[in-house]
Amino acid sequence: MSFPILTALVLVPAAGALAVALLSQRRPEWIKLVAILVSVFTGAMTIWLLSTFETADSGFQFVSKHAWIKPWGISWHLGVDGISLFLVVLTGVLFPLVILGTDPHHDHKRYLAWLLLLEAGMMGSFLSLDLFLFFVFFEIVLVPMYFLIGGWGYEGRVYAATKFFLYTMVGSAFMLVGIVTTAFLAKSNGVGHLTFDLVELAEKAEFATTTGRWLFFAIAIAFAIKVPMFPLHTWLPDAHTQAPTGGSVILAGVMLKLGTYGLLRFGVFLFPEAARWSRPLFLTLAVIGIIYGAIAATMQKDLKRLVAYSSVAHLGFIVLGTFAFTSQAITGATMQMINHGLSTGALFLLVGMIYERRHTRQIAELKGLQKVAPIFAAAFMVVMLSSIGVPGLNGFVGEYLILIGSFLTARWWTVVAATGVILAALYLLWAYQRVFHGEPDEANRSFPELRAKEAAVLLPFIGLIVFTGVYPKPMLDRIEPSVKALITHVSDKTGYEEPNVPEPIEVEAHEEAQP
Amino acid sequence: MIAETLTGPPISWFDLSPLLILLGAALVLLVAASLTPRWPRGLYAAFSATAAGATMVMGFVLWDDVTDQGARTLVGDAITLDAFSMFATIAIAVTVLLASLVTDDYLRREQMDGPEVYALYLTAAIGGITMAMANDLIVLFLGLEVLSISFYVLAASHRRRIESQEAGIKYFVLGGFSSAFFLYGIALIYGGTGHTRYDEIVGAVNGIVPTERKDALVLAGVALLLVGLAFKVSAVPFHFWTPDVYQGAPTPVTAFMASAGKIGAFAAMLRVLTQALPNWRDDWRPVVWVIAVATLVIGSILAVVQTNVKRMLAYSSISHAGFILVGVEAAGHAAGEADPGRGVSASLLYLLLYAVLVLGTFAIVTVVGRTGDSQTDLAAFRGLGRTRPALALAMTVLLLAQAGVPLTSGFVAKFGVIEAAVDERSYAIAIIAMLASVIAAFLYLRIMISMWITDAEAGDDAREAVRVSLSSGIAIVLAVGFTLLVGVAPGWIVSAAENATTIARSALP
Repeated sequence: MSFPILTALVLVPAAGALAVALLSQRRPEWIKLVAILVSVFTGAMTIWLLSTFETADSGFQFVSKHAWIKPWGISWHLGVDGISLFLVVLTGVLFPLVILGTDPHHDHKRYLAWLLLLEAGMMGSFLSLDLFLFFVFFEIVLVPMYFLIGGWGYEGRVYAATKFFLYTMVGSAFMLVGIVTTAFLAKSNGVGHLTFDLVELAEKAEFATTTGRWLFFAIAIAFAIKVPMFPLHTWLPDAHTQAPTGGSVILAGVMLKLGTYGLLRFGVFLFPEAARWSRPLFLTLAVIGIIYGAIAATMQKDLKRLVAYSSVAHLGFIVLGTFAFTSQAITGATMQMINHGLSTGALFLLVGMIYERRHTRQIAELKGLQKVAPIFAAAFMVVMLSSIGVPGLNGFVGEYLILIGSFLTARWWTVVAATGVILAALYLLWAYQRVFHGEPDEANRSFPELRAKEAAVLLPFIGLIVFTGVYPKPMLDRIEPSVKALITHVSDKTGYEEPNVPEPIEVEAHEEAQP
Repeated sequence: MIAETLTGPPISWFDLSPLLILLGAALVLLVAASLTPRWPRGLYAAFSATAAGATMVMGFVLWDDVTDQGARTLVGDAITLDAFSMFATIAIAVTVLLASLVTDDYLRREQMDGPEVYALYLTAAIGGITMAMANDLIVLFLGLEVLSISFYVLAASHRRRIESQEAGIKYFVLGGFSSAFFLYGIALIYGGTGHTRYDEIVGAVNGIVPTERKDALVLAGVALLLVGLAFKVSAVPFHFWTPDVYQGAPTPVTAFMASAGKIGAFAAMLRVLTQALPNWRDDWRPVVWVIAVATLVIGSILAVVQTNVKRMLAYSSISHAGFILVGVEAAGHAAGEADPGRGVSASLLYLLLYAVLVLGTFAIVTVVGRTGDSQTDLAAFRGLGRTRPALALAMTVLLLAQAGVPLTSGFVAKFGVIEAAVDERSYAIAIIAMLASVIAAFLYLRIMISMWITDAEAGDDAREAVRVSLSSGIAIVLAVGFTLLVGVAPGWIVSAAENATTIARSALP
């Protein structure tokens, strides 16, 4: 591998942010152009990455590793595998769409610079294979997001941004101590020298059982806040509701995935024993999150808050799948991270468009939009159905895999979680009914139809939603080997045996694929 | 009694050059400046900055020398020349350099340009360096007093502001008390061990130098010594002077006190505790633990409720002192052992990085303070992001660094300390420190919100425009550049700090 593509994925947006920051305020069109070019180029690189990714290889690919801080055993170690691949691609695709599709209304230059910096941080987080490096990116993404919410958000933005920042920092506080302790204890427990390298630690370190559990919890709490898992979720509705549309899309689309991805990569992979041991706790919290998120979403009067609570429920499914420890469930969870990013990202874009037109997000003030804007309503409908998990769209494949995989090892939790699917239909369809059905009143009669530019931004979302729903095989083929390797790793470390999965299930997943 | 000719110890003048340069420069400033008409603008500052630069160069030269020839004691074993003291010397020289740049602008704005403030910076630096180099409690006390007396005068140096006078008096009275405690502690330790030299105090217990050992006396002495030093580093519960003095003193002076004062006092604390009192480490380490936790928590919480930026930063400096104490606590686990652990180097690193951070931050506060040094309320920063985006961005970088966000030097500093604590298995204090830093982060967010997010209010435009002079600009750019450079590529400076402690160790018998 000659060209360090992964390093470029981090540095190109960072350089773009710097370029945007240095350009003169008086040339807004140049600024926008640079931002678009940089983000599209980064997106193109991720697509290239996807096309050259070795499908059957379960290990880390495109690895680049250089010493960074030698005295502390820290290296610039990037790599991508089936679990992180699609998150990277999603990041690459989402940012140009956000830059094209949302309008910050003021201070374009700063807005775009923060967005590009955020992209660099997100890429770094998903690509890091060094605990320290990951922590650096995990923390650094807070800053641009803080300024995006605080600078371009709505009326309660200062409160929401501060809450978001501090909540995440509390988690980081535990995580940092956890990471450092892991590295230092590993030094004398199997590794032999001080290193923060994830792969080396995961393979060589042998922690005492209790120690491993403490370390796992120190690190997992940061991810649990980021996911967010019940009862640590209270920052999310505020942050989502107050963030500008672009911020919400990124926050829901990729940033929350830092939590679920982190649990897989830095929780389960690094501390298999502790993860297995704490299963009941995580499964229970996940199921509570699913049900609670759904009920809370039903009660919301604010459309954006409704979508935010639906995220709590959806991410509960992902955590459920993660801690079911079967390859279907984890594959489904990984896939659901992408699905949720697409569908909720698109929902936030649509809600943002509604706000742009009507300057309200209150469901009660919206009525009969289907009559005046049928195409808009149709787009909303497709995205909403994907979020509900209707067969033929992407949400179904992920949720189905999660439920079927979890049923083998966590039967009763899965039974309760399955009712969450029904609740999702309830709150989303009910919201759709109130907003789009009926006769439009005076205020809603002039609701403009979907514009060509907006449609152009939404089309990739809907295309991917339908494509993944109809033909998920390419995606599953790339995710599965890495997930299988992860399960094997857990088995090696803990003696856990994955329940024997009857073959037809995989065939069934493929049958889904071919309608 | 027959009077014998007193023969002084042999003195290696070259090895003392950092101190001599500063002393010479201070004398020249005071004498020459009083005999000549007012120097052209900026020359006083340039002179003091040059002296600081020369001190820094000599610091590097001697460090190199120490690396080759090993650590040694000077002037009859009164002071130690090792990489540790050179690290502190260079750090203090950096603070003099940056503080001089900031002060130049300030003094001319307040129309009180003159050599006195710079001369006091230089003498304070001599005090701080002596504290770091001392190998004898009496010498340490001399250094402490030189530093303190310079600070008392500096705090009161704005003659037309009553707050400045008040700060000076407050600091003087309380500082006098703490010096008395400190001196009494020295006396008790002398009473208990019969020695004041660090290596002899260790020897007294180890049996190299036979003496009658009185433990209770020594322990009381250690306690009083700790009180004196904790006062100087403004650790809780000896922090009460800090907010008042930091707020009242001229802002550049505050910056200098927060940086140079902390370096001197912490360097002294590290040396005394690990090189003179390692035998009592199980007695003083729990005390340091408690002080560290109290400092972290109370400093952070009280910082959040302030409305004056200088007061906020004063409390934040208390909370930073707590972080450094975490490093001191870690150093306590390995004090006196062949492998000193990571505590000392982590604390040293923190001191240097924090000194630059706090100087940069206060440089911006000075600039925003406008004429009269009165605009230090949070409201003074309102809208800075619109009117002076570059300045606001620099402040943001420095504040994020103080909050410990990665890719800034503040994170490297925090990481080093946490790492040292974890290496010694002090997990509880590591977690408390990190949580305290979250509380403190709220304070930095408040300033950032004021700069970038809060809407303008009527009358904002009528305020005096913020003016950044060349010298302040240079200081701010240097501080921000250093902050980011160390954040992105910290390897070299981490190695330097570790190097500094390795060579310090060999100074012990």
